[in-house]
Amino acid sequence: MSLLQEAALVAGKDLRIEARSRVTAQQILPFGLIVLLLFAFALDPDRGVLTRVAPGLFWVTVLLGTLLAVGRAFSIESENGALDGLRLSGLDGGALFLGKAAAVAVELLALEALLAAGVVVLFNVGLAGLAPLLLGTLAATVGLAATGTLYGVLAAGLRVRETLLPVLLLPVVAPVLLGATRTWEASINGVSGDAWPWVALLGIFAVLFTGIGMLAFGPLLEES
Amino acid sequence: MTLLHPRLAGALGWTSLAALVVLAMFGLWGAPPDRVQSDAQRLMYLHVPSAWIAYLAFGVTALSSALYLWRRTRSPVWDRLAGASAELGVLFTALTLVLGSLWGRPVWGVWWAWDARLVTTAVLFFLYVGYLALRRVPSAVETRAKRSAIAALIAFVDVPIVHFSVNWWRTLHQQATVFTPSLNAHIHGVMAFTLWWGVLAFTLLYVYLLDKRYRLEALEEDRDARELAQAIDERVQGAGVAAPAERAEVGADR
Repeated sequence: MSLLQEAALVAGKDLRIEARSRVTAQQILPFGLIVLLLFAFALDPDRGVLTRVAPGLFWVTVLLGTLLAVGRAFSIESENGALDGLRLSGLDGGALFLGKAAAVAVELLALEALLAAGVVVLFNVGLAGLAPLLLGTLAATVGLAATGTLYGVLAAGLRVRETLLPVLLLPVVAPVLLGATRTWEASINGVSGDAWPWVALLGIFAVLFTGIGMLAFGPLLEES
Repeated sequence: MTLLHPRLAGALGWTSLAALVVLAMFGLWGAPPDRVQSDAQRLMYLHVPSAWIAYLAFGVTALSSALYLWRRTRSPVWDRLAGASAELGVLFTALTLVLGSLWGRPVWGVWWAWDARLVTTAVLFFLYVGYLALRRVPSAVETRAKRSAIAALIAFVDVPIVHFSVNWWRTLHQQATVFTPSLNAHIHGVMAFTLWWGVLAFTLLYVYLLDKRYRLEALEEDRDARELAQAIDERVQGAGVAAPAERAEVGADR
């Protein structure tokens, strides 16, 4: 089997579990919408504050969703000795990483689609400049899924996993939040030219951390 | 067990203390007050050296982590050095932020400004706070060492991206003064001397503290190994024939 076929196998497994257990659909997606509501309670919805800061709120919510999705991606491996199963499966470490990260990325894309609808309807945002907006979102999602999966396996098997993950992951993805928010702001405000450099930064981040993840996943899985 | 010979370490401690006293004298009285900022500018003699040590410390952590991961140079020495240096890095980053804040209040009128270098330093601080938290998780020594080394390198790779993105986002900090092509052209002779002396004094202090932290780390590992051995012995004596299974259980409990 080629690397990509192996990765597809792992991603398919994870997504099948999600499709059957519905944790993403019934817990992570509603969580995202609740956070959007909370932002409206915390800020003043009538004076256009929400519309102005919507890109930032959107991406902060995605970041919180990433923590849940990554936590979930490794909690399904912690039961029934599944982690040992992965180690013994003979699959390449890089393929395992790509598969796990791809499944997280698909879940995040679903969350982002729902949240985008949420900010359009609830925060009165008109999405525009779709080319940089969509490409930037895709690159940011890949970057988040890659770093999330990398730190997920780093913390997998530790008893303090849930509390350790945010403190490790959030500072590292700070550039993603920054880049993705600027991309959205520039696109929505109709200055797509300002968005493209950020899209490039997000792309570099995604490629870099996908590469590191493919190299480091195997050794980290053995050690956890 | 130690990086430096105990007598050398002791001498280094006294030398760095003396250097800090000289720094305090030059910083408070020797150097002239700044024309614009007057006495507030004297914080520079502490602020800049601590920032320098923070970068040095994180650089040492990254280098030691890489040396640990490279099979040919793998040794617990690099792991302990990485951990000890990261702790000092976090300490000096915190010091840099606090001193900068104290300096910013009279000069900029605010404790904190969303300036590129401040934000980058704050992210740097949290990156390595996470690293230290990871190191604190109880694990077998080799497991922890490998995991920490990879985490340290990830953090190190992230630093330039953070720096670059934040710089793009905003900048209002005063431009680099010392590390410009026309070295030292912009600051008064005694001021420049005091600043460089501060860098020297802080570097000596860093090496001294690094040695201390390294020794502590080695002693902690030693203690853990002894406690484990003792616990195994007690179980073996208590359980008699069942000993091998018990031993396996202790190993799996990590």
